[in-house]
Amino acid sequence: METYTIIVLLLAATIRVATPLLLAALAGLFSERAGVIDLGLEGKMLGAAFAAAAVSAVTGSVWLGLGAAIATGVALALVIGFACITHRGNQVVAGMAVTIVVSGLAPSLALAWFGLGGQTPQLTNAAQRFTALPWPGAEAARAMPFPGLMYAELLAGHNGVVYLAAALVPLSAWVLYRTRFGLRLRAVGENPHAVESAGIPVNGLRYRALLISGVLCGVAGAYLSTAANAGFVRDMTVGKGYLALAALIFGKWRPVPTLWACLLFAFTDAAAARMQGVALPLAGVVPVQFILALPYILTVLLLAGFVGRATPPKALGVPYTTEK
Amino acid sequence: MSVSPERVPALDLRGIDKRFGPVHANRAVSFAVRAGTIHGLIGENGAGKSTLMNIVYGLQSPDAGTLLVQGREVHFRHPREAIAAGIGMVHQHFMLVENFTALENLLLADGAAAGSAAGRAAAREKWDRLALDHGLDVPLDAVVGELPVGVQQRLEILKALGRKAEILVLDEPTAVLTPAEATQLFQLLGRLRAQGKTVILVTHKLREIMAVTDRVTVMRQGAVVAELDTAATSLRELAEKMVGRSVLLQVEKGPGFPREVLLEVEQLAASDDRGVPRVKGISFQVRAGEIVGIAGVAGNGQSELLETLAGIRTPTGGAIRLAGRDVAGDDPAQRRRLGLAHVPEDRLKLGVVAAFAAEDNLILGQQERPEFGRGVLLDRRAIAAGCRQAMAEYDVRPGDPRLRLGAFSGGNQQKLVMAREIGAGPQVLLVGQPTRGVDIGAIEFIHRRLVALRDAGKAVLLVSVELDEILGLADRILVMNGGEIMGELPRAEATEEKLGLLMAGVRAEAGHED
Repeated sequence: METYTIIVLLLAATIRVATPLLLAALAGLFSERAGVIDLGLEGKMLGAAFAAAAVSAVTGSVWLGLGAAIATGVALALVIGFACITHRGNQVVAGMAVTIVVSGLAPSLALAWFGLGGQTPQLTNAAQRFTALPWPGAEAARAMPFPGLMYAELLAGHNGVVYLAAALVPLSAWVLYRTRFGLRLRAVGENPHAVESAGIPVNGLRYRALLISGVLCGVAGAYLSTAANAGFVRDMTVGKGYLALAALIFGKWRPVPTLWACLLFAFTDAAAARMQGVALPLAGVVPVQFILALPYILTVLLLAGFVGRATPPKALGVPYTTEK
Repeated sequence: MSVSPERVPALDLRGIDKRFGPVHANRAVSFAVRAGTIHGLIGENGAGKSTLMNIVYGLQSPDAGTLLVQGREVHFRHPREAIAAGIGMVHQHFMLVENFTALENLLLADGAAAGSAAGRAAAREKWDRLALDHGLDVPLDAVVGELPVGVQQRLEILKALGRKAEILVLDEPTAVLTPAEATQLFQLLGRLRAQGKTVILVTHKLREIMAVTDRVTVMRQGAVVAELDTAATSLRELAEKMVGRSVLLQVEKGPGFPREVLLEVEQLAASDDRGVPRVKGISFQVRAGEIVGIAGVAGNGQSELLETLAGIRTPTGGAIRLAGRDVAGDDPAQRRRLGLAHVPEDRLKLGVVAAFAAEDNLILGQQERPEFGRGVLLDRRAIAAGCRQAMAEYDVRPGDPRLRLGAFSGGNQQKLVMAREIGAGPQVLLVGQPTRGVDIGAIEFIHRRLVALRDAGKAVLLVSVELDEILGLADRILVMNGGEIMGELPRAEATEEKLGLLMAGVRAEAGHED
């Protein structure tokens, strides 16, 4: 393959890998901007992935699957909210607990319902999955010279969730910075006491932020099991929730920089997939484990060195109480 | 003369009662605030003022009693309802989002949509006009965290006024202000009164009450103990009502007999954490048997000076001599061994561990002393006994060595810190803001202790932003401004006016004639 084709395919893969990462990071953006640490991203996404695949497999409708995924994401978010907001519990513990529960519960339910060793059935029917939207002339463009392939692979050729995720970036920025709700949401993550004294209920705002997080995690999970793959397998999120959190921090809790962080992480992931088995000059064939670890090594390096002074929302992780 | 109809009180509290577990915070509190007046509410820390005002603002609900606003009975369950009833509150800790601009903070309180550019422009115009009407100068586009506290406070007041507050509650508004800013604030309150607003001023500073209020309610241990017309009362009477016994507003102390120099500072320079020079070549001496006071508006290098002397901050130049020995390169522990003790300005940050028991706090920094240990182990019995003794000597209540330090009142915490530092038997004691957040009874006690230490032939360096405290205790007064010493006055020659000029940075003829 010529270099042009390789690069275009690599970028196309980057977009596909970045989508669930971006959705999860935006989910985290809303809850963390409201002051709730979102370590439950991984769990919510995983639960949603299972729900989407299971419902889609049984009903044959990917839309019902998406609905179930969103419902699952929201339900898990409410569990976290109940523990952290209503009862002012430790946010890190609550998020981790949800993740751990889901990672055990999803394969168990899959085993009980489908008997396939903790997986859901393969989604073979087109109606059971999100497939690429037909863009006009995409197939014709593929054969055409530059920039035909770019149009076919980068712009067209994706399923609806990818475009949704892309559209959510400016939408999130608009909500956060241009609406009354966004102003209050950001304020509640900085100084909830100020919000309370302005006559706005703090807990209500935080619940709403978690609901948004649940919905977005639901979409991210559905993407994993019904778009990027054809079914649910055990631990299929493989740390994407945590990687999304890292992207969020790297993006300094702002939508557009978070998008770039997600794309960067996704690029390393896509590049790693390409590099498997490729012999590099001097190094020879790099062990597959090392290549797969690359995105995470990059995460550690970026967070340790390059982020600089990322100031998190001031009230992040602090349960809100009225008494001093 | 025909009887004019009595104006309905702006705020009428009837039998307000509130308990927090075993603490009876408000005991059947009843008083009325006349419309269009400035009403003072005073009491020591823990007298129940804040709880009462939280009830008025809907942050807490009373167990019993009723609240009438402009003659109508109300039951607030949330600040939203209090705001709707025309009550505005300026909290001691400002309710501002620091990394928002002033305008964003106002929009947060306002509820106006900020989506469109037109909406923003309209909101800006509205707030600009309001600020102008009330003479409240606030830069709307500045980030709040970068504004001086005085301006932040104006923003809080503006916020309340914008929500149509008719009754404005200010909780300890001058705690963070310079004298000049406080004067400005009082002028503003006077203007608001002239416009017919009602102001409730919550404070423990008696002078403020005397200066600006029309009427004053005194609280003690959760109950109202007096309600007086300000014009018909005096500082002394208010202080006695507040504490429940007669108090000495003036410290009793005889003349000092300074002897040899114990602490000598020469051309000392230091910078703050960001590298900005804050202490610029300061020289002075403190002798055995004298209290030297350092006066100045907060933030003029006093904190850095104190930290540098204590060994917490590394000087950028100059010498510090303790009984003739240069200690500029020594760490705090080495300085302690040479007879230096330090009561830090920020008690909770540098002086104690709030989560530790009182007895553990009493050995912090002195855990190596032989009487507290056996080999590598701590001698818990000796530590507890030492703590009980110190608690008795310093009148710390409750006298329970096992109690968590954070559970003590500010005054009792400070007494414990004093007990620890003086208990180490220092030659030189550095004291920063010894009575910040401390009630009157404890202030009196702490002041007596400092004088006793001087009379025992020790050297005391007192840094305080309270001019009364400096004038009451110091034998010699140095005034700091902009990191330099503007002048030095013996106590006998110091007046508030002379010191005020020096504090403002006017060197002029305020000092001696040469």
